[in-house]
Amino acid sequence: MERDDYIVRFENVQKSYDGEILVVKNFNIDIERGEFLTMLGPSGSGKTTCLMMLAGFEPATHGEIYLNGQPINNVPPHKRGIGMVFQNYALFPHMTVAENLAFPLKVRGLSRADCDAKVKRALEMVRLPQMGGRRPAQLSGGQQQRVAVARALVFEPELVLMDEPLGALDKNLREEMQFEIKHIHETLGVSVVYVTHDQSEALTMSNRIAVFDDGIVQQLAAPEVLYEQPENAFVASFIGENNRLMGTVTALNGSTAQVKLDGGGETVGALAIKCGGVGERTQLSIRPERVVIGQDDADNKLSGKVVELIYLGDHIRCRMQVGTSEEFVVKVPNSHAHAALKVGEVTPIGWATDDCRALDVLEA
Amino acid sequence: MSTMTDNQSGPMLAADGTPLKVSLARALRRQKIRAFLLIVPLLAFILISFIAPIGDMLFRSVENGIVPETMPRTVVALEDWDETSGEAPSEAVFAAFYEDMKVAMEEKTHTKLGSRLNYDTAGIASLFRKLRKPMGNIDETQPIKPQFIDAEEDWGDPEVWQTIKRLSGYYTSSYFLSAVDMESTHDGIQMKDDFERIYLTLLWRTMVLSVAITVSCILLGYPIAFLLANLPLRTSNILMILVLLPFWTSLLVRTSSWIVLLQQEGVINDTLVSLGILDDQGRLELMYNQVGTIVAMTHILLPFMILPLYSVMKTISPSYVRAAKSLGANDWTAFWKVYFPNSVPGIGAGAVLVFILAIGYYITPELVGGTSGIFISNRIAYHISSSLNWGLAAALGVMLLALILVFYWLYDRIVGIDNVKLG
Repeated sequence: MERDDYIVRFENVQKSYDGEILVVKNFNIDIERGEFLTMLGPSGSGKTTCLMMLAGFEPATHGEIYLNGQPINNVPPHKRGIGMVFQNYALFPHMTVAENLAFPLKVRGLSRADCDAKVKRALEMVRLPQMGGRRPAQLSGGQQQRVAVARALVFEPELVLMDEPLGALDKNLREEMQFEIKHIHETLGVSVVYVTHDQSEALTMSNRIAVFDDGIVQQLAAPEVLYEQPENAFVASFIGENNRLMGTVTALNGSTAQVKLDGGGETVGALAIKCGGVGERTQLSIRPERVVIGQDDADNKLSGKVVELIYLGDHIRCRMQVGTSEEFVVKVPNSHAHAALKVGEVTPIGWATDDCRALDVLEA
Repeated sequence: MSTMTDNQSGPMLAADGTPLKVSLARALRRQKIRAFLLIVPLLAFILISFIAPIGDMLFRSVENGIVPETMPRTVVALEDWDETSGEAPSEAVFAAFYEDMKVAMEEKTHTKLGSRLNYDTAGIASLFRKLRKPMGNIDETQPIKPQFIDAEEDWGDPEVWQTIKRLSGYYTSSYFLSAVDMESTHDGIQMKDDFERIYLTLLWRTMVLSVAITVSCILLGYPIAFLLANLPLRTSNILMILVLLPFWTSLLVRTSSWIVLLQQEGVINDTLVSLGILDDQGRLELMYNQVGTIVAMTHILLPFMILPLYSVMKTISPSYVRAAKSLGANDWTAFWKVYFPNSVPGIGAGAVLVFILAIGYYITPELVGGTSGIFISNRIAYHISSSLNWGLAAALGVMLLALILVFYWLYDRIVGIDNVKLG
């Protein structure tokens, strides 16, 4: 049954605020029960709008959203039973932490004893059992964050939405909270739709990631698939670091393409993912950690001139000139065997054909 | 740097051995002097033009120098007189009074004295105005008391002398007693007769009307401020001009336009009559009463409610209401349990502002209040400019000031002054 598989379904959803520009263009997604799905994208890409439509704060201009198989376009937000964590937590400043947590229970008419028990359990879940009597303003950012999560979960919704919940925290706290939220998700089995513009956050936490750009989902896949097999140039450049080389397709041979690089004239092999036919322009994408230096057993062999070396402890970041690109980055692991590089030296580099993906050309 | 060693006890020392606090104070002195010099002109201006005159005015509410200074001998002689005897004082008092009045009439201060005594006992002023008649015919070789009473028998009335004796001190509570409709008689302090009471009623009315005005400002201003705070900035700016427009219009013009609207032959009554809702005989009395005062003052003070409310509502994040709704609250619960409590500091600030302004308001009640809609401040103005009883005016003013301070204190206890946000 469809109803059992999917908790949320977006069907051909479009959204426009002014009747001229579509902020969300034809959005389709099925969110599985118990899934942690992240909507990732630059600001203005439509991801928050999708979340607001799901929460009920923005009406869809076209299309239908289903929750548990029921269309919810005409259901007001307070009847959707979806928990939500807001960007700046939106904890009610005039209530104590315990009152904040009791709010969703009280509006549902729970008895005082039930309220107290659930609030206590929720506070223990986020490891703040002593903080019930404090005001939100007396808590640190991380504590407020945990209270906000607890409040969104205390009434046991099946689905929780999180709108950039960690944006206001500093880096260490953010990483700690990522694991904490992930842990809560796994323990409770609740479905989470998470919005962020931070790709590392998305990669760490999600079961699946929907990468948004320009109102369209560019790719919807598991984190490792997204990172290792980006389907287009936007995803390749948005997720993780990427070396881009421009060239022209000279031959297509099944799943691989031969690409003649601009400037240097060398021809390399790459996986033909989205590169069009022979004679068309393409962008090659290679992860910095997949490039090898100073070895000659690689599928593709080129040479690069070292422009800059940055020592980062566990690895050395080497910026090179390869063909016409001066921004070609190689991550050299800091091992005993690592190549001794000097700025200005020309050194052989190479990579496997499977690690190089021929993609569309980004207009920029 | 031996002075900075760890085992040193006592105050911290600077590098040159002076205590650090002294050294810091010296470093900051120049800054403090410069800051003080910058505020000196304003401070002087406020002292001269504001604090000193108000202090002097308030002092008049207890000051009573005129009686002991104009009739020093009489005051001393009256000390031996038993005011409860029901008889006029002795010959000695009259002799002293005669001496005092000779001086007073030369200096022409006797009528002023009469006016002062008249505030406490009506009728004395005319006795002193007609003083020339008994004084002119006195034979100094004969006893003075019978001559006085023969010429003007009211001088034999013990009440006159009771008044003089009561007011013989340099300071008096009589203005304050009058201000709360009380009087001091030889039987002690008691309420005035019913028909003479006016100020307590007036004070009560001032408070009740001010509360009514404050409440109607809250009821009218809250939705407008809510609208302004939640509309897009472009639209809200245009509407804000409409709110501020009254600020740029003269108070008199605004009050007068209410007269045009509210009077019996005015726009509202004419419209109601022409629509057939009222018949010509039954025109509503909308002004020269409390209705007029409340309507006009609510309109005039409304911006003082809307502006603090607006600035507080602006700071309430829309995500609070969204959060409340996502947690299952319907529109009304989200407003009442989440939005409204966060807007209370704005209501508090607006209410304090409107109430304090209303309680001391003068022009509007004067113009549209008639007799039933006037405030205590209109009475103060009357005593300042018409009856010239500045002492009573000052006493009423002190009471008004004290009342406002009491309200302010109450408000601080109940709402907390920290909760007031003016912007």
